[in-house]
Amino acid sequence: MTPNAAQFKKNAITLTKDLRHRALIRTALKKYEVVRDDKVARFQNWQSARQTAAEIKWDAVNHLDTHLTEFAKNLESRGTHVHWASNAEQAREIILGIVKQHNAHSIIKSKVMTGEEIHLNAALEKAGFDVVESDLGEYIVQLRHEAPYHFVFPAMHLTRGEISDLFTKELGTAPTDSPEELTMIARRVLRDKYITADIGISGANFGIAETGMVSITENEGNARLTCALPKVHITLMGIEKVLPKLEDLALFLPMLATAGAGQVLTGYNTMYGGPRQPGECDGPEEFHVVLLDNKRTALLADPEQRDALHCIRCGTCLNVCPIYKNIGGHSYGATYQGPIGSVITPHLRGLQQWKHLSFASSLCGACTQTCPVKINLHHHLLQSRRNAIAQKPVWWEKPLFQGLALLFSHAGLFSLGMKLGRIGQVFHPLIKNTPLDPARAWTRSRELPKVAPQTFREWWQTRK
Amino acid sequence: MKITLFIPCFIDACFPKAGAGAVEILERLGHTIEYPRELTCCGQPAFNSGYWEESRTTALQVMQRLKDAEVVVIVSGSCGAMIKNFYPELFAGTEHEEAARSLSAKVWEFSDFLVTKLGVTDLGAQFPHRVTFHDGCHGLRELGIKQQPRKLLAHVRGLELVEMGEAESCCGFGGTFSAKFPMISTAMGENKYGSALETGAEYIVSNDSSCLMHIQGLLDRQGKPLRTIHLAEVLNHRQA
Repeated sequence: MTPNAAQFKKNAITLTKDLRHRALIRTALKKYEVVRDDKVARFQNWQSARQTAAEIKWDAVNHLDTHLTEFAKNLESRGTHVHWASNAEQAREIILGIVKQHNAHSIIKSKVMTGEEIHLNAALEKAGFDVVESDLGEYIVQLRHEAPYHFVFPAMHLTRGEISDLFTKELGTAPTDSPEELTMIARRVLRDKYITADIGISGANFGIAETGMVSITENEGNARLTCALPKVHITLMGIEKVLPKLEDLALFLPMLATAGAGQVLTGYNTMYGGPRQPGECDGPEEFHVVLLDNKRTALLADPEQRDALHCIRCGTCLNVCPIYKNIGGHSYGATYQGPIGSVITPHLRGLQQWKHLSFASSLCGACTQTCPVKINLHHHLLQSRRNAIAQKPVWWEKPLFQGLALLFSHAGLFSLGMKLGRIGQVFHPLIKNTPLDPARAWTRSRELPKVAPQTFREWWQTRK
Repeated sequence: MKITLFIPCFIDACFPKAGAGAVEILERLGHTIEYPRELTCCGQPAFNSGYWEESRTTALQVMQRLKDAEVVVIVSGSCGAMIKNFYPELFAGTEHEEAARSLSAKVWEFSDFLVTKLGVTDLGAQFPHRVTFHDGCHGLRELGIKQQPRKLLAHVRGLELVEMGEAESCCGFGGTFSAKFPMISTAMGENKYGSALETGAEYIVSNDSSCLMHIQGLLDRQGKPLRTIHLAEVLNHRQA
């Protein structure tokens, strides 16, 4: 077992035992489901909206080279600096280079998952810069020195009380149970940061090729302040975020809001077209867009699983996933949690190191059923299992399945097996749930089914 | 009609009443049942574990034996989905692809076969109990079976169907997943039967014995007053 897999199992054991945590997440996601269903119902036809979205994304991803070049050209035409980063290290160097060039001291960030992916905060802090997250959830997990628990709701695992305690400890504020007051505390701290920050770093929800614009959608207004107030703005985005046309947003913005948070439309929807133009009175003086590959092109090269690049990071597959609901976001140990994370992480970070995520699924398909851009998520988990085993079979599984194939090919042997099972189950209680029990993975928490006194084939025989 | 019945390995061994129920119901409807004794497993355990080569060995035998069948009925949504949906994928690009597709077209899950193919919903069954229905994931999401079992249950005398909040949530079995990640599998199963218990039902009914095997295993260990039963058994239940 790889260290990642061992850690994952350990986390899963801890979290599934934590009934308080399980109840907390289930309650939160039940509420989400109700509001999401309400907003889905407001679409004239949600299923055809999904189909259209999948087709637009198919075009975007299958002609990524064309759309990206157009996107970059249009951005540059208004004075934006476009950078191409093949991997995390390059992206960090580009961003650090810009920050150092401006003798920056403090940096404000709005939500940027690609930043988590390349461990940007750690790199900036190591280089001596002060970095503050401005999204409330991200700010909370930053204060806790934690990774986001969910890539849309970073702090959904915390109660109001826990957040209040955290603020008291870290910021010295008075305890409160009011969500409004907690928000105001964070806002007071963050407002100062926006004004003093030299650099603002954001992500991107979409990049529009046709117009060369970065689309950011948010509920707190923090991204607007992050992007507009500091003199220099850097957007870090994955290359798969590009959409061909501006009109595509007419579908994707409400779809993202609906699937992601059960909203008709997110509170603030902004498009950034470049740095401050001559005659304009606000906006950053310099605008940089860093386009991150970081193995996305490797996923693009896989025709079977390429549609995983359709993902708009709405997080709805996490919200419906029974695995996620029981083990929580941190157990995955990956930047992207839940089904989409289990699909893309092996591509981004190595199949053999992360294959356990594709096995940690009952393949129930709730994710695929809900995905707004119709990614065949659970089938990709199945394909990743096949790919992982084809590369490197498990030493004891291979002969086991060969043996089973033999057993299943000979009904006589199978019948004999059932008879032996009937004898074996008489003695099984002696070793049940002990280290000697070959079925212990099952019998730790469950009773084994019994071979029937008369099997189906025996019954059939008696009727003839 | 001559119906070929595929009896999955675990139904053969542990849940023969589900298979027997299907036989007796279909025979009462005037059909002839053929049971190919050579067949045991559909090959899903190896398939889901990533061992497609070993899965093909088993699947090929199923395909060869069933190639002349008129229709094939399976009393499990999961094994049904394996043959109907995944055989074509398993054999894609091989010489057997066409055979996999033609078998796929004539494979039916039991409740779907009764309601959609035969147009029967009232089987004259009697089962005076309060029950809740568990939608197995493969039947529900791979085969799109949701209303068929409910239509059948609606005509069972004395039966009261109370839907649980988590009817469509996975029970956590997932084949080898249940042994590879027993802690997650168990937590999912607890959520499932917890939701079923809230309905006050005496039985969880499903068209998939594999899910029921998992749920029953948990119920037995935790001593919960709830039983599981396959749909075919309920539909075959007559007045005592």
